[in-house]
Amino acid sequence: MTILENPLGNKPGTLLKNGMTLNDHRNAVLARTEETGYYDGRKELTFKDTDPIGFERIFSKVRAGVVNSREVAKKIAASPIVEQEGELCFTLYNVTGDCVVTSTGIIIHVGTMGAAIKYMIQNDWESNPGINEGDMFTNNDCQTGNVHPCDIATIVPIFHDGVMVAWVGGVTHVIDTGAVGPGSMSNGQIQRFGDGLQITCRKTGINDTPLRDYLHESQRNVRTTKYWILDEKTRIAGCHMIRDMVLEVIEDEGAEAFDEFMYEVVEDGRRGLIMRIKAMCMPGTVKTVAFVDVPYTHEDVHVPSTFAKMDSIMHAPCEITVKPTGEWRLDFEGCSRWGWHTYNTNPVAFTSGIWVMMTQSLIPTERVNDGCRYATEFRLPKGTWTNPDDRRTAHADAWHFLVSSWSSLWRGISRTYFARGYLEEVNAGNSNPCNWLQGGGVNQDGEVHAVNSFETAACGTGACAVKDGLNHAAAIWNPEGDMGDIEIWELAEPLLYMGRRIKTNTGGYGKYRGGLGYETLRMVWNSADWTMFFMGNGYMNSDWGLMGGYPAATGYRFEAHNTGLQERIAEGKSLPLGQDRDPRECEYEKHLGPDATVKRDKQCITTEDMYANGDLYLNYLRGGPGFGDPLDRRIVDIQEDLNQNFLLAEFAEKVYGAVFTTDDEGVYTVDADKTAARQAEMRKERLARAVPVKEWMETERTKIIDKDASLAVQQMYASSFYLSPKFTAEFKEFWDLPADWELPEEELGTPMYGARHTMEIGDLPDVSPVIMTEE
Amino acid sequence: MSSTYTKKQVADLVKGDLDFETVHLMLSMPKDEDRYKFYMETINENLDYDHQAIGALGPHLNYVIRSDDEEIVVMCDCGHDFGQYRSNWKLNAVIYVRDNVEKMEQIYPAIMAPDTTWQVYREYYCPSCGIQHCVEAPTPWYPVMHDLQPDFATFYEWMGQPAPAKI
Repeated sequence: MTILENPLGNKPGTLLKNGMTLNDHRNAVLARTEETGYYDGRKELTFKDTDPIGFERIFSKVRAGVVNSREVAKKIAASPIVEQEGELCFTLYNVTGDCVVTSTGIIIHVGTMGAAIKYMIQNDWESNPGINEGDMFTNNDCQTGNVHPCDIATIVPIFHDGVMVAWVGGVTHVIDTGAVGPGSMSNGQIQRFGDGLQITCRKTGINDTPLRDYLHESQRNVRTTKYWILDEKTRIAGCHMIRDMVLEVIEDEGAEAFDEFMYEVVEDGRRGLIMRIKAMCMPGTVKTVAFVDVPYTHEDVHVPSTFAKMDSIMHAPCEITVKPTGEWRLDFEGCSRWGWHTYNTNPVAFTSGIWVMMTQSLIPTERVNDGCRYATEFRLPKGTWTNPDDRRTAHADAWHFLVSSWSSLWRGISRTYFARGYLEEVNAGNSNPCNWLQGGGVNQDGEVHAVNSFETAACGTGACAVKDGLNHAAAIWNPEGDMGDIEIWELAEPLLYMGRRIKTNTGGYGKYRGGLGYETLRMVWNSADWTMFFMGNGYMNSDWGLMGGYPAATGYRFEAHNTGLQERIAEGKSLPLGQDRDPRECEYEKHLGPDATVKRDKQCITTEDMYANGDLYLNYLRGGPGFGDPLDRRIVDIQEDLNQNFLLAEFAEKVYGAVFTTDDEGVYTVDADKTAARQAEMRKERLARAVPVKEWMETERTKIIDKDASLAVQQMYASSFYLSPKFTAEFKEFWDLPADWELPEEELGTPMYGARHTMEIGDLPDVSPVIMTEE
Repeated sequence: MSSTYTKKQVADLVKGDLDFETVHLMLSMPKDEDRYKFYMETINENLDYDHQAIGALGPHLNYVIRSDDEEIVVMCDCGHDFGQYRSNWKLNAVIYVRDNVEKMEQIYPAIMAPDTTWQVYREYYCPSCGIQHCVEAPTPWYPVMHDLQPDFATFYEWMGQPAPAKI
């Protein structure tokens, strides 16, 4: 047998003009950055300073190019998630894998695709499997920086005159990855091994052609094959359009200018964030926290292993430090442990995702790139849900914890804006964007199918310090929030719309209220076999409200089976069409047959359950938190809320102190003088029922010493105490607890499988994980 | 590059009266360097007491230089003094905790409110005037959050202004 020398890969040092390997080159860039504090040691922006028009010309061309490519490519996709909701993004990277410019869309993938590129560089993909002109690589591995498996990235190296000059990556959110639970962000599975197909930076194309083995294999492993292939074509088309654009730019502007640009623009991005922080924020320290309920002991949560059958709480404390240099640090010391569910995340998803949020506030410019990361210190303690120390973790719905923890970051950074007067930037937090309607089976076309309704891309926003939050308008993870057209969803899902209405009383109260969510009632129709499940918050809120405002309403679920609706339709009887306006009135149930079974409760996480044609599912999309004392709300705004059906009259009285009348048409008129008098009484009532904080602390301290709290709450603390001596010390100091007070998880009797014995991905042979945060 | 707005526009912003077009400009254009100056002038003109506000924690809660001793303290619009600014003002507030279904039902239908075995609402009021300055929504047992600890020394350096004596 003849042994060929390096049949797949490249001879070391042949890809780059400077003769270095990709890994040596990247390490040199990192070393210059570390040594000087400037990206790649670029203390002077020579190109930008000497030829600013040339610099901006290149920026404009590549930025317009990536945005244009995204807009064109998304028309190839058939998936409503991509085509309707815009769940795709294209990004251009320099050869080290640092982002220089990104398109619009789900720009969290600035970092996730960069992490995949860095993984390939660090693990010597250069020699095996080789990196050549015309190659394509595919990644969706959550242990290699991806958020969740449904975000599939196609990565293409760009060569000019035989020299590698850049990378381009494109990502789409596919509808299904073949996880245990159908739908892209499913639950039910509790480990990576049930989380669906995961591809680790695999070479999936050569000579601009996708490899047949990959196409066949991947289709067999997912439910929605048509969408899968069209998404694949979307990503490839976008990457190749951007590659062509880059080569045109190089021809027009020169290879040397382009090469300089690809580094200077990152340093420019770093400086841009620092300038913006100095211009907007009060320096100092902000402490904030968020929680999410994981209610898995309920009978409607079916998991394969007993050790996952427990109630727990995600704990995400964060200390934000705005430093004198204008850089900032986010420290998540004290977070709870990762768990046997699909809500774990990894550091890249966490750090990269924050830019999705910050582009809507701190850096609302097109110049967001990896420079922002170099101006930010992240600390994500190992072993927490933000940085699992075990290679078995599932991540399908990582967003559930991510967006919930970020709501507290909005609140925290908003305090620094408010302190110095930038009230227009204040956001009381994002809604918990859910419910996620998901399921699958055999659809109206007789095909194996899965769905994930992205209506949640249009929840309510948090209130601002100068105006109410937007109603049913946005999601933190997609700046182009869109609920999608009913007609398109009905084509994609065997679910008819019985109604789609604003959800009354869902925005958090305040001087300015949070944006309202909305609700859609879906009836299963024309399916052969069908399942669905719920995915959202119910027992807890992740948002808090800001400066006296209240959190938004929590979620609840409504589902109905054996409804008799097909008979009622045939008989011309009334149907549940509209709003579940006040859930206590059970309006829907008034239009169901006598044998209907209904589940109406706070269990907002369930696993796959069967639905027959005629069954009902309420998709309730949450509202946002409020800002300021509700007693400061303007009379005219309370009246408008009542007349727009945004607010139940009972809570206009109880929360806002509104005194009003209604006419024959049901129009509300709020009496300003009587309301002011009532509000004055309410302030006195507050003082009558309140106690000094230090007095209350004594009673709460007694509860802690007596360990008087639910098991889920105690397990959360025990988990954080084990991982963080600092959090434990601060907790004990605050409550002045005895030195020997402790709360070990072992005494709770809750399952501890995975709590003490773990194995990381880096323990695998020949695997070198990319680590970009403090752990 | 920065933007320019009038003091009246900033005052209208604080009142919530500024037209949306200007608010939108404020959001989309580079920030205005005079904002802090106009913001503090507006706040101080609206206050009935003689202490000088130098920063804001909420619509009715400010960092002020106490006129008699120049200490920086947290103060309610009504004049209630919550103490030195490095301490957590909430510890000197009064509190009402919504920790059962009946208390939660005063603000949301029970099915749309948290389960209080998982999460409670803690309302912090001014002991003098009853303004609700903060609502926390943690699990039971959670320490009182010290939301913001400003670094005034750096802030005044950034602003190019002399810092108050007792920062």
